[in-house]
Amino acid sequence: MSAKKRPALGPPVIEFEGVHKWFGQTHVLKGVDLSVRDNEKVVVLGPSGSGKSTLVRCINGLEPYQEGKLKVTGVDVGADTPQATAARRKTGMVFQQFNLFPHLTVLENCTLAPMWVGRVPRKKAEDEAMAMLDRVHIAEHARKYPAQLSGGQQQRAAIARSLAMNPEIMLFDEPTSALDPEMVGEVLEVMTEMAYEGMTMMVISHEMSFAREVADRIVFMDEGEIVEIAPPKEFFSKPREERSREFLSRIL
Amino acid sequence: MTADRAPPKVTALQWARSNLFGSIGDSILTIVAFVIFAWLVWVAFDWAILRATWFGESKEACTRGGACWAMITARWEQVVAGYYPQAQLWRVALAMVCLAVAVLPIVMRRLPAWAVLLAPAGVIAALALLSGARILPGVPTEYWGGIMLNVLVGLTGAIFALPIGVLLALGRRSELPVIKAFSIGFIELVRGVPLITLLFMSSVVLPLFLPSGMSLDKLMRALTVVTLFSSAYMAEVVRGGLQAVPKGQREAARALGFGGVRTTALVVLPQAIRISIPAIVNTFIGLFKDTSLLYVIALLEVTGVIRQALADFAWLGLENEGYVFVAVVFWIACFSMSRWSASLEKQSGARVKRPVEEPA
Repeated sequence: MSAKKRPALGPPVIEFEGVHKWFGQTHVLKGVDLSVRDNEKVVVLGPSGSGKSTLVRCINGLEPYQEGKLKVTGVDVGADTPQATAARRKTGMVFQQFNLFPHLTVLENCTLAPMWVGRVPRKKAEDEAMAMLDRVHIAEHARKYPAQLSGGQQQRAAIARSLAMNPEIMLFDEPTSALDPEMVGEVLEVMTEMAYEGMTMMVISHEMSFAREVADRIVFMDEGEIVEIAPPKEFFSKPREERSREFLSRIL
Repeated sequence: MTADRAPPKVTALQWARSNLFGSIGDSILTIVAFVIFAWLVWVAFDWAILRATWFGESKEACTRGGACWAMITARWEQVVAGYYPQAQLWRVALAMVCLAVAVLPIVMRRLPAWAVLLAPAGVIAALALLSGARILPGVPTEYWGGIMLNVLVGLTGAIFALPIGVLLALGRRSELPVIKAFSIGFIELVRGVPLITLLFMSSVVLPLFLPSGMSLDKLMRALTVVTLFSSAYMAEVVRGGLQAVPKGQREAARALGFGGVRTTALVVLPQAIRISIPAIVNTFIGLFKDTSLLYVIALLEVTGVIRQALADFAWLGLENEGYVFVAVVFWIACFSMSRWSASLEKQSGARVKRPVEEPA
């Protein structure tokens, strides 16, 4: 699979410059510098509480940060400007707990944002949503409610819901951690397909096989800082930092 | 592979033997309970139906030893509509139709979104029809009464209390300090005072807030008080529902680009209200029963009509019949609401519960 040709990397679309964040008195991001390029796939690793989730959630504004600069597609998203809102909308996010809207069918989940945020007419939104559901292989479940689907199907529906807004950047916050083991594969498969189609992706995941195959770079975080950034081959075979080695010895 | 087989069958006799007559003690309890129950049902049936007198001019007509329902039938117009002029009773009937239309968007599913407007429109149409609205001959609210008044006040209260309650609940969770303080203040103030006190106060305090020279009709004051009173309770019910919606729902909506208002309106509120249905209907039931308090400010709802009948020399001493009748009227209304709530829960439960394993 890795022999497949990938689109070349473009200009940077996510740029962290010395970003600091506190939860109350707790310093959770300690001056993060990171730049992710268009079409790039970055897998973020780190022990729990290392700030990796917070890092990703800063990008689409789910977490405010107190210091530093964060640009998405070249626009500073720290300010509350219409441009910042527009830039944030170029991102889509997939959560560990899926967070599908339980009161709506899968199809309605996928059309709600296009219709109300994107002002797309219902018919067109439904056609596009069906195309996305087809892409994640659950078009036949479009009329069901989330609770009627398995975990893997729900997570794929959540991916389709994000894709329906035509994001340029996809953020994944531990997308397979809440799944039964036999369902992890189907979600990773969809994510891998998406990667080869040229989506810019930032993925928090402990799925090493996925990281090895898909990632251009591994970002290893610990205690609110980026400890090491390296291509997966290098990171997994000869990590430079002591903390990376410690972490890898614990999970592998 | 082992073939599936049906679970073992239990016959009615087996069920009774194990559940009703499992031991000597069980058998005695079963028989005693059954005898007491049968006796109670028989006494009630005998009094209320078999030996009852259904029609008559006064209690003299009731000679059969059972209930004297003649009091109710002789005064049925008052029981239904109070002292509303006889020639105008068609307006009461039509107003009830309006109220039924007002209820449609609440009880029916799968109506277009604009149907929500039927609720306030139906109530306002009913009020206009009953009062005359300067087109039909005017009927002052002192003449309105009976079951009609309970239904009118109960429904108006319910239909307006829900949206006001939702706004108060959202206000209580708002980040704007003034709105938050106002909501908390209102809710806690109103919840902390008995309705009966508020009703008495409405005749004194409410006029203070009105521009001078403007006076509000007694019934309108009562409607306002009842609506605001239930909206405070509704606010707490809806707040509970709002808190039960997981944080991830709000985050998912924000990640999709929704702003705060749309996140609340399209994602959080529909779920919160669905979660709160049993408690909302519970508040409706409480509200409907509270309409019997209107009697203390001299509005002749059904309890008041019955009390007037009981003061009539012709029907003196028929308290049993009078209050049993009122109880039955309220019970029928409240029990229907309770059943309706159960069916609503079932419908929304079907969406949330996962059906038995089905092939993917």
